[in-house]
Amino acid sequence: MGPLIPLEIITGQWDFVIALLIGSAFGFILEASGFSSSRNIAGVFYGYNFVVLRVFFTAMIVAMVGYLYFSYLGWIDMNLVFVLPTYLNSMLLGGFIMGLGFVIGGFCPGTSYTAAAIGKIDGIVFAGGVFFGIFLFSEFFPFYEGFYTENYLGNVTIGEMLGVSNEIVAFAFVVVAIVAFYATWLIEKRVRKNMTEYKFE
Amino acid sequence: MDKKIGLKKRPVYINPYFGGILLGLLILTSFYIAGRGLSASGALKLTIVEIVDVIAPEHAENNTYYNRFLPEDGGSPLFNWLVFGAIGTFFGGMLSGAIFGRLGKLRIEKSAKISNRTRLIAAGVGGTLFGIGSQFSRGCSSGAALSGTSALSFGGLIVMLVMFGVGYAFAYFFRKLWI
Repeated sequence: MGPLIPLEIITGQWDFVIALLIGSAFGFILEASGFSSSRNIAGVFYGYNFVVLRVFFTAMIVAMVGYLYFSYLGWIDMNLVFVLPTYLNSMLLGGFIMGLGFVIGGFCPGTSYTAAAIGKIDGIVFAGGVFFGIFLFSEFFPFYEGFYTENYLGNVTIGEMLGVSNEIVAFAFVVVAIVAFYATWLIEKRVRKNMTEYKFE
Repeated sequence: MDKKIGLKKRPVYINPYFGGILLGLLILTSFYIAGRGLSASGALKLTIVEIVDVIAPEHAENNTYYNRFLPEDGGSPLFNWLVFGAIGTFFGGMLSGAIFGRLGKLRIEKSAKISNRTRLIAAGVGGTLFGIGSQFSRGCSSGAALSGTSALSFGGLIVMLVMFGVGYAFAYFFRKLWI
């Protein structure tokens, strides 16, 4: 029965070793999939490379469906798995700012670590920017402390919010993913025909 | 360009669907073991909290944001799951880069149409925005969008939709940076 650490089946300092291992696997997969390259990542916004969508969507449906099966089989107690709480106003703004940062900088924090790790200066600078941005946010926190917690909906799931079961939600995600895989494959083929300069780096 | 060099230089990436399956299984493993998903920006946040706490402990104590992340037992905020995870992410990326022959000297990757300076400014600005946004969102693309949505969080889904939506909405204005 899981999750193992919250149920104290694994205890002590082992959890940091596990964190290190899971983190390493994360970095390895990101780099091996091509996410240490900002131009590969930004391709999702211009149609010349949809690797972000493919990896992201595949990972999400595998994790989501697997998670529901684990719960169904009694392997994991969903009540003990962290559901990110929803602070609607703050998250809408945060998503907006990150979207801008994404299309300007071409990385997200995790991918910038892997880019920095293989020697990309732009990855190092991006990660430095993230560091600076968090510092700015923290220093000016009193100015938006109220806004930060406005419209709090609790640890609500997508299914609860939409009034359907989470199994239906996962099924919908799978359908949308398959359609998106096919549609973006067509778009990418067409866009790449007209691009001469870009190649995988 | 010489075709041979082009072939030689072309990096090897794993199939994106295969990468996605591995990543999904990793998130699932993380749920099963730790009851939480992956994260990236949290480690930098805790590093900042630690630095501020060392340099100006009173300021850290009084600032209601830093204060949230100072452990109650007075220990270091760096002794945290998120920090070890991010250290792993860095070295995992390095290992993959070494295996696939991408680990190299310091370099800048950019579109041929922009200067190195432009690329670095854009990376710095983008990173700063990401840093600010990730705090409003309670996580970045890894923690909120990917892991949050995978754990069926409504907030995670909102962050993901808005983030990619805004990326597309503004892509036109920043196209010169990329294409």
